[in-house]
Formats: sequence, structure tokens, C-alpha cells
Amino acid sequence: MLLALPFLTDELLGRGWVRILDFALLFIMLALGLNIVVGYAGLLDLGYVAFFAVGAYTYALLASPQLGLHLPFWIILPIGALIAGLFGALLGTPTLKLRGDYLAIVTLGFGEIIRIFLNNLNAPVNITNGAQGISQIDPISIADFYFSRSHEILGITFHSVHQHYYLFLALTLLVIFVSSRLQYSRIGRAWMAIREDEVAAAAMGINTRNIKLLAFVMGASFGGIAGGLFAGFQGFVSPESFSLMESIMILCMVVLGGMGNIGGVVLGGVLLVVLPEALRNGAGPAQQWLLGKTLIDPESLRLLFFGIALIAVMLWRPAGLWPSSTRRRELEAVDGVAQQEQDTVYDAKH
Amino acid sequence: MSLLEVHDLKVAYGGIHALKGISLSVAQGELVALIGSNGAGKTTTLKALAGLLPYSGKAHYQNTSLLHRASHQRVLDGIALVPEGRGVFARMSVLENLQMGAYIRHDKEIAQDIERIYDLFPRLAERRSQLAGTLSGGEQQMVAMGRALMSRPTLLMLDEPSMGLAPLMVEKIFDTIRNISAQGVSILLVEQNAKLALEVAQRGYVLENGNITLEDSAANLLGSAAVQRAYLGS
Repeated sequence: MLLALPFLTDELLGRGWVRILDFALLFIMLALGLNIVVGYAGLLDLGYVAFFAVGAYTYALLASPQLGLHLPFWIILPIGALIAGLFGALLGTPTLKLRGDYLAIVTLGFGEIIRIFLNNLNAPVNITNGAQGISQIDPISIADFYFSRSHEILGITFHSVHQHYYLFLALTLLVIFVSSRLQYSRIGRAWMAIREDEVAAAAMGINTRNIKLLAFVMGASFGGIAGGLFAGFQGFVSPESFSLMESIMILCMVVLGGMGNIGGVVLGGVLLVVLPEALRNGAGPAQQWLLGKTLIDPESLRLLFFGIALIAVMLWRPAGLWPSSTRRRELEAVDGVAQQEQDTVYDAKH
Repeated sequence: MSLLEVHDLKVAYGGIHALKGISLSVAQGELVALIGSNGAGKTTTLKALAGLLPYSGKAHYQNTSLLHRASHQRVLDGIALVPEGRGVFARMSVLENLQMGAYIRHDKEIAQDIERIYDLFPRLAERRSQLAGTLSGGEQQMVAMGRALMSRPTLLMLDEPSMGLAPLMVEKIFDTIRNISAQGVSILLVEQNAKLALEVAQRGYVLENGNITLEDSAANLLGSAAVQRAYLGS
């Protein structure tokens, strides 16, 4: 199903939609990375797009005429993950003692700092080429296989977007695998303990400092990988791709889908990439057909629907569309607590 | 030499001196109560000893200084804290809470110890797969105590175990504290409920405004006019 998807989409909806699928996969990777920080460790990060940016610029700088470097893809991707991870530690270290809204504000600032740096690192030495961004980035290639060129394999023509789809799919599956292994590992349980109660977690013998840093670093490196793929896929990066709005979107994928649940996060990523595009493409013609004219600009309609969807989900499915099993149990159990309180007093008496 | 020796312990929050140099000790197997009113510095004492607050002065545990031991290392040393307000992991089941208690352990007897906790608190056995956040206050206190015992501590520090519990539940909890003490675990018990604490303890300290003002056997403290007047309301 997943393997045939790009061709089905191509047939039914056109090639532009395969490209959207590719982006959906990138955003799933990002959302899964953020899920480690927000969903597992409970650290609200509003500047997550910074790590996406670091990964993208790492790739752009190491494989473009900008610095005259042309390292191969399979070397840059791990470097990008590593550097993004370092930036994760850079953000994590000074914020270890912050929680909740305070942490959110600092991370928000961090995201903006990175973007503004990228915007202004063109003088006195031109590193990032400022607001113009870096273009002519080397396409993703492994040995002599260029993902940007069409190939004919077994009589089927694979276009650039198809090939990227399979590459991104493979890496997304890897990220899912790592995420799920982490969730049930000793580290994953330590993250959840910190999320629930940090003092108690420390009292259990968890090295809360290192474990929290690790969440930042792991989450950031996932973002770095997605960033590298983004740069290679687009062939162009500029600071405007890494605005606060992107951080918010990624956070929405995690929250809407179901914080802490891998399936939910994947669902959130797919919906928040595909639905706005569907609206963008569908809203104009639909209005023409119904009203005979375009009354509302599809772009603003998109944001309107997005807002309505957010409110609706928070009202009716506060744990997300596909919540983790414990979150669901928790919400179901709330009604039962009062009864139990009485039971306990009863039991204590008898 | 006692298991825990504290000498001239001071803790300050910014400019406010919460502990102004207290000294206390807990011998191996002893149950010591630290009583005092709100804001006297009881919780601060336990947090400092657990490595959750910076302090000055001396705190020696098993004859080694705790000064440079981080909180997680102190758990390895055998000091367990049941924090104020219980601090159960609300979105984990009772069983998962108990397993978290064994976080520092890698041996094969964890499952066996969990059964032992269920023997101590049969209530938890019935509720093992329920989320801890949905339990009653008393049950949460049991989870917090059971979880702390899972690290196989030599010194168990309890912070206000009676807080917010129905009187009958308090009785149950204190029976269990006596029971744990009888099994040889040393206990430092912080309580506002002076009468209850002194009834189970062997020795006691009275903490007032960051200073220890009285120190005696629990029986003597219970009989002392000063304690009677200040904490027992008679």
C-alpha cells in the first residue's frame, strides 16, 4: 500500500500531489522528533524548527557552490543530525531548570535567534547568503544514483518525486522504529517519569539533567535529518522556510494527532500537510461551482479551517485524534475517581 | 557513628534562611521523627538530604560526605525520599510506578520485590493496572511508599505521609510505617501531626523557624509540656 501510494496518487491526483506526500513524510519525521521532547519528556518546545533549519543549512553549506564544498549525501546527513544534536544540547543546557510556559518562551526565542542568525550571517563573511538563501544545492545521490533524475527500473519510470518518496519513507520508518524502541526503553520510562513529576523522578535515581538533555539532543537530531533531506530535495534553502509558524505547525501535528503516541503523531503529520493542500486546491473551484465566483481567498480559508479544526479537536478529543493508550485511560477514568474516593473511605472503615 | 549524621546544615532560598544550621542523626534501624509547624523547614531538610537543594554544612551518610553526591547517586547510596504531596507518576499504572522505583536496579529480584510491596499494601495489588493519578489520596501515598521501597533503601525519608488523608487511612499508613521500620529500614519521618509521628518514632526533633529547638526520645517529647502546648493542643 505504502509502496504503491506515489503511483496511485500520481495517476489519480497528479504529480504535484506526490511532492506533497514527500513533504508529508518530512513533516512526520519532524513531528516524531518533537514528540520525543514534548510527548515523551513533557518539555514544551516552541522553537523546534530551529533544528530543521540547522540540518537544512548544514546540508546546504556542505553540498553547494556557497562554500565550494560538495560532500556526499550519506556523509552530510549524519553530520547534520550531529550538529542539530549539538544545537539541541545548546538549547537544553541553559534551560534545564525551566518548565512549562517559561521553557516555551525560551525555546521560542531560540527558534527566532537561529532564523535571524541565518538571515544575517552574510556579513562580514558571507556564510549563509542572508535572506536570499542558498541555491544550487547538490541533489541527493547515493553513489551514482541521483534521486533527482528519472530512472527506468523493470520497465517502470520512477520520477524524482517517486524516488524521494521511497527514500523519505525508508528514513521515516527508521525514525518510527527508533522512536518506538526509545518509548519502551529505560530512557523512555525515565522521560515519562520526568514528565509526570520531576522531583519524584530524581528521587527514583534518575539523572534528570542528563536525561532531559538527551531528549533535547535526540529530538533535535531527528529534526536535523529531516532538514538535510529537505535541503537536498528542494535544492534551495532560505531563512523564511523556518519561521515560528513552522514550529507551531509541527507542534500542532503532535498535539492534534496524539501526544506521545507514534501512530497519532504520524496521523497528525499526514493530516496537517495533506488537508491544507487539499483546501488550497479545492476551495477555489468549489466556490466557483457553488457560488459562481471566488468569495473568499482559499489561502485565508485554509487558516480559518485550520483554526476551527484545532478548536474542534481540543473540545471533543482533548487527548488528540489517536491518543496514547494511557492518555485515553486517564480521560475515561476521571469520572470514576469520585466513586473510588468513597470506596476507599468505606474500605478503611471495614 | 550513625547511619546519617547531619551537622550545622544550612539552606537558603535567595536571601531567606530556611534552615539556620541544624544537626541531627539517624542510627541504623532507627525511626526518627522531625516535627514542626508549617514553614519550619521540615521539607527543606529532606530535600537537601535527597540532593534536591544546595546546602552548606555537613551531611554524612555511612561515614561519607554527601556534599558532591547528586540526587540520583544518593538513591544508589540507599537514600530514598517519598516526596511531599506523594509525587506519583499520574499517567503510569501502579505497577509501572513500582517498576520506576526500581530504576536504579538491574537484578532479577525486582518482580519478587513488587510482590512483597503488594503484600505490604494489598490494596495496590487490586489496583495494579490502574493509573496512579486516578487513585485516592491514601492509595497514592501507598504507591509513593511502595515505589520508594523498590530501590531497597537503607534510609527511607517520608515527607508528611498523613497530609490530606482521612483519619482511618492515616492510621493504616502509620501501621505500615511501623511495619517497614520493623523490617530494619531506617526511617526519617517528617510530620506536622506530632502525636502520630512521636507515637511510632523512637526519637524526635522539633524544628522551629529553621532551628532545632528540642531533641529527645519520642516518649519524652510526647510528655513534654512545650511540645504539648505547641503541637498537641492540650
